[in-house]
Amino acid sequence: MSFGPFLLLAVLEGTVMAAVLALTAVGLSLVFGVMRVVNVAHGEFYMLGAVLAWFVTYYLPFPPLLAWMAALIIAPVLVAAVAALTDVLVLKRLKYNPEATIMATIGLLYMLQQAALTVYGPDARPVVAPFEWRIQLPWFGYSGYKLFVVVAAILVLMAVWWVMTRTKAGLIMRATQVDRDTAQTFGINVNRVYAGTFAFGGALAAVAAVLIVPIQQAHYLMGHDPLLLSFIVVIIGGLGSIRGTLVAAVIIGLSDGIISMFFSPTLAKIIATLLVALVLVFRPQGLFGAKA
Amino acid sequence: MTPAIKVWSLHLLVLALLFAAQFVLPPYHATNLARIMVLAVFAMGYNIAFGYTGLLSLGHALFFAAGMYAMGLSAWHLDAQAWPALIAGLIAGGAIAGAVGLLALRAVGVSFMIVTLMFAQAGYLTLLYLNSWTGGDEGFVIAQNARVLSGFDMATDTPRFVAAFVLFAVGLLACLWLVRSPFGRVMIAMRENEERSRMLGYSPFHVKLTALVLSGVYAGAAGAAYGMLFGYVGATFATIQYSILPMLYVLLGGAGTVLGPFLGALIMFYLIDITSAYTDAYFFVVGAALVGLVLFAPQGILGALRERVLKWLP
Repeated sequence: MSFGPFLLLAVLEGTVMAAVLALTAVGLSLVFGVMRVVNVAHGEFYMLGAVLAWFVTYYLPFPPLLAWMAALIIAPVLVAAVAALTDVLVLKRLKYNPEATIMATIGLLYMLQQAALTVYGPDARPVVAPFEWRIQLPWFGYSGYKLFVVVAAILVLMAVWWVMTRTKAGLIMRATQVDRDTAQTFGINVNRVYAGTFAFGGALAAVAAVLIVPIQQAHYLMGHDPLLLSFIVVIIGGLGSIRGTLVAAVIIGLSDGIISMFFSPTLAKIIATLLVALVLVFRPQGLFGAKA
Repeated sequence: MTPAIKVWSLHLLVLALLFAAQFVLPPYHATNLARIMVLAVFAMGYNIAFGYTGLLSLGHALFFAAGMYAMGLSAWHLDAQAWPALIAGLIAGGAIAGAVGLLALRAVGVSFMIVTLMFAQAGYLTLLYLNSWTGGDEGFVIAQNARVLSGFDMATDTPRFVAAFVLFAVGLLACLWLVRSPFGRVMIAMRENEERSRMLGYSPFHVKLTALVLSGVYAGAAGAAYGMLFGYVGATFATIQYSILPMLYVLLGGAGTVLGPFLGALIMFYLIDITSAYTDAYFFVVGAALVGLVLFAPQGILGALRERVLKWLP
């Protein structure tokens, strides 16, 4: 393959990556924005979504399309329930102290990982794609499902944007984000908002995982990379800023796809992690974020 | 008894008991104890930063690995003898901690945690990336002749235990001396109220940087010793898990207590050792312990004991 088509392939792969990353990172960003909690277990919610999707599609006697759609509903709902439970049982009792919640979510990360290893096992297992459709380009064929993932991710992100800016639930979340105490005096049940936000963030990670799992197999350690990349995206985009997160997801996703294809994926990750550390040190509000 | 005599005799008594333990314990447990003492030195280093100075780092695996790899690589590529290799490890731990601190200490709280985490992750990935030099994921074994320390072969049980004990004893007494010294008091002042310490004329940046470098020296020494005593150097020791472990030990034993890191390491090690006889769910134990400690006992064992009974405990 000559350079042009090769670059096109890299851009396509990067776009798929960016789309899924944006979904995962928006969940993390939302939780940080509203609750000021850095959820280290966010990658495990993603993993849990993928593993649950495997269980649903494997055990439900439906054709692939129907089974996958069932997974798209069941997995996020279950993950959201786990997240809400975590909020009520652990985070609320820690009074959302930033450092204590980081330590607690690290503990949760280990527990979820181990639970997946014990119940699901150490193997990576594929989920059958809901449909087989290949787009034949002049140079190579490309999976139509991957393009569907991009479209679906954009639709979900637009829905998130609509919820946050146009609905009462979004208004309540934003009010709590701006000033928790005033929101409470106006009769907003802040505890419920927090549990709901944490569940919503987890559900977004699970949706991203169900979208990606027909392309990447479900594995109990698969949460590690998305967590790291979401961190990178959220920090570069500005902690808590959704718009910044989206811009950063596109940049990081695309450049990760391209650098990984032409150089080494390890090198791409080294550069990205160092970039994050330096951004946090010298521009804590993020490259695109407004003032913190 | 004055408090000073009580404090020193308690710590010397613990050391005497530990030294005597090698004559009583069966070989399996003696080797475990040697391992625990080296890990406790790592945790003591973590405690200097987290417990006493209030620096919650998620990147100490980097300092541990810096010590381990400085020792291992100089033995492998430069045919260094055991002592120079160990010293190289100690210096590497402190130097890397200083370099990370110069940048990371500009961030506070959660940002500091994430910056240290990211540096440690970059360090781990660099070890993998340079795998022709570092052995990558598989790591490498320390050559037999590099494990002979002043004529004693670290591959045999008794010298290994004594070496681990000496490192631990020096670390413990130095830590005890440090936290009772005027500088140790300033470290604690930084943890309790940074603004007020600044007003009293102390520079938070310099105090924290010094504490972090000391912490790195401990971690580097522990890493170098771990590699030399147990003969293997690998990238696993640079993963985030090795940043979490010392935090867990310190939280369990009691942050800001001199003996806490050892107690935490001892209990956690045997908790995992005993539960792994029944289940292989090792990570579940670690995770549940972490959540439980943060929720119900943020002061740890010795921290709670100090609050209620032993007010003189350093």
